[in-house]
Amino acid sequence: MEDKNYPQAHKKILASIQYPQIGEAGKTGTWRTMRPLIHEDKCIVVKTGTHNCHLCWLYCPEGVVSRTIPPTIDYDYCKGCGICAQECPHNAIERLEEGGAKACPA
Amino acid sequence: MPSIKLLKGNHAAAYACKSARVGMVAAYPITPQSPVVEKISEFVEAGELPGTEFVKVESEQSAIAAVIAASATGSRVFTASSANGLAYMHELLPWAAGTRLPVVLCIASRALAAPWSVWTDHADVFATRDCGWITMFAENNQEIYDTVLTAYRVAEDPNVYLPAFCAYDGYILSHTLMPVQVEDIEKVDQFLPPLKHHINLTDFEHVKGVGPVTLPDPPDRGEYGYAPGYFEFRFSMQRSLEHSLSVIKQAHKEFSEIFGRSYGNGVYKTYKMEDAEVAIFAVMSVAAESRLAVDFLREKGIKVGLVSLKVFRPFPSEDLREIFKDISNVVVFDREIGYGWEGVLSYELKAALYKSSTQPDIKGYIVGLGGRDITYQQIAKGVQTALTMESVNENPIQTDFIGLQLDKLQFLKREGGY
Amino acid sequence: MVKSVKIMDIPEEEMILPGTRLCPSCAPQLAYRFILKALGPKTIVAVPASCMTVVHGMQGATPVKVPVLNTTFETVAASASGIVASLKNLGKDKEVTVLAIAGDGGTVDIGIQGLSGAAERHTDMIFCCYDNEAYMNTGIQRSGSTPFGAITTTTPIDGKLEHKKNMAMIMEAHGLSYIATACASYPLDLYAKFVKAKEMKGEGLRYIHVLAPCPPGWGFDNKLAIEIGRLAVKTGFWPMFEIIRGKMELSKESRRLIDPTKRKPLEEYLQPQRRFRKLSPEQKQELENYVADTWNTIAKRVDV
Repeated sequence: MEDKNYPQAHKKILASIQYPQIGEAGKTGTWRTMRPLIHEDKCIVVKTGTHNCHLCWLYCPEGVVSRTIPPTIDYDYCKGCGICAQECPHNAIERLEEGGAKACPA
Repeated sequence: MPSIKLLKGNHAAAYACKSARVGMVAAYPITPQSPVVEKISEFVEAGELPGTEFVKVESEQSAIAAVIAASATGSRVFTASSANGLAYMHELLPWAAGTRLPVVLCIASRALAAPWSVWTDHADVFATRDCGWITMFAENNQEIYDTVLTAYRVAEDPNVYLPAFCAYDGYILSHTLMPVQVEDIEKVDQFLPPLKHHINLTDFEHVKGVGPVTLPDPPDRGEYGYAPGYFEFRFSMQRSLEHSLSVIKQAHKEFSEIFGRSYGNGVYKTYKMEDAEVAIFAVMSVAAESRLAVDFLREKGIKVGLVSLKVFRPFPSEDLREIFKDISNVVVFDREIGYGWEGVLSYELKAALYKSSTQPDIKGYIVGLGGRDITYQQIAKGVQTALTMESVNENPIQTDFIGLQLDKLQFLKREGGY
Repeated sequence: MVKSVKIMDIPEEEMILPGTRLCPSCAPQLAYRFILKALGPKTIVAVPASCMTVVHGMQGATPVKVPVLNTTFETVAASASGIVASLKNLGKDKEVTVLAIAGDGGTVDIGIQGLSGAAERHTDMIFCCYDNEAYMNTGIQRSGSTPFGAITTTTPIDGKLEHKKNMAMIMEAHGLSYIATACASYPLDLYAKFVKAKEMKGEGLRYIHVLAPCPPGWGFDNKLAIEIGRLAVKTGFWPMFEIIRGKMELSKESRRLIDPTKRKPLEEYLQPQRRFRKLSPEQKQELENYVADTWNTIAKRVDV
């Protein structure tokens, strides 16, 4: 383990230390079978331009929905659990089958 | 000025903690260790250990867990126990070693139950054998004080970073008064510099997790490179333990230069071994009693000496090969049994001397379990008997005991039982 | 009682980096996300064997941005005690919050001795039990916190024959300054309670018991993780309250449930969960009685 952050001691002896890193379990987006898609035309935060909802941010266990206008989802790590779509009071989040035609608009 | 105090072994351990400026103590009372806890409490409440936190935990398991955590946070820590208390700590012993924390633990040695016994016996110490700790012994109260200081010095060495035991006999040392020289704290500081944190959980600039789940093989951690697997961590522990032998010797050398006291070469002590043809091999109380047996046998014209092992882990096999190279017979007295086989010291010595060019005959005896007194006359008789035996190196079909009182149990004899 | 918190009051920064090893829809992870937001970066965490070990990741890397000490199953409170003592020894205790976070097994079963000791010693720490009501990390075996009637891998046919331990009351008997129950489905309330516990630094051990639904363990669709916890509260099965220096107050979501007619039928909570699929009418009645008894006890203690 070579890194500037690693204390010298742990290069001479091995101690079981871990350091913060994104994607500890890899790109967990690959676990996903259903992809959440935010329809901005239905999203109250986008429509009003104010931070008056963000329930998708609140309830995401993984913390991959942003608290921004518009909200965005980090698909690299979103596990596709569907909580955001379920909890959205405005039905602005649609769940699409991963790999299906609609799921990859770009 | 250093002061000479009349101290019980347990109090010698407590004074060593004070001299070492221990920052955190967690312990739970058990006979015969309790006076260590009581004395440290007294020091803390009297303000003689400024800044030291003593957590009076509700069990030994919590004691060892708490000192491990405090060590990882950055304090110099101490705990102590005996027998069942030490056994209750067992799960956390490899945890301390595996996390590479310089915890120091005193063992006031006592027999493991059942049946209940509070008296001396080395089974509790030897049951910790494979936990990755450095294991040191003391034969008298001054040696307890000195060994605790040395244990910190070695455990905190950056090439070692492993926990260490200092074991001494329950009651025989723990509750017996002996003169002990307690050193000036400034002089101890010379020998024992402040702990250099190597994990230091309070370093918020370098946030870290300690002791996570570890895979069989090293995973690729991207910018960090490969992280070690469990196998590599345990390899490192073993190498550090092996290396600690030279660190212990060096620490002992510096100790004797500073304080003027020495214990053999730091890993074993000898008594009248210079011209010896026969050697006794023992530890702790049994070694102390064997010194008298050596004198007794020499009066009878037997050229016998004593090797008292001071460091059991790492096992100093090279040193033992050297010291026993001109010896014809080694007689080993174990105050425990590796049940189903023989005394632990006996079989470990046999393993260490396996295929050495001049292999002595090695005869083992079990003595003094559960506090049964063992006298120098009994030890001498054991040596004399061993010298008359032929082929003692054959596998022992039955272990030999000295000091059993089976003759008092006529029914057992009558029924042919055991 | 805690002040109500709005979403925009909560720090935006995530203390848990994404890409964790936990299951999708993990309510304990959701709870932990807000616990760490409440406690902030100057927190040291002790974690026993549990799903929390899993969220902290494997060797080399961790998603969690605060220092963590892993320890054995039964010793999390003792380990946290050791951290607290060391911080005092090093003169850093004023600036750092110590959190012990254990599952229900590590709290109410194997961990209860260490927890009781740390509580009795008034150790300056927060102890959080995230309660997913069974040994989930080892494969859904029953614990002392599993509810009556629930099917687990060690109560596979009859369901559990005993009710869950009332841990908040056990902790109250220790004379703690702060005890709260919370639920992962109410992150704002949970956040506020941890902020409160943090503010009460210096008043010994503060205990928070968080109900955290486990989709694979309880047997419901991932997307329902929030809704199931919400139903636990709304049916009255999981009352949310605080006991501040001996005074019990119901939390906002639970306050009106003191009136039995305001509680949703318990069936709505039980029905979507496969662990309750084998409940007989008698067992359902027993659970109804349990909820009624729980509330009768609460009603005697709170100002309505």
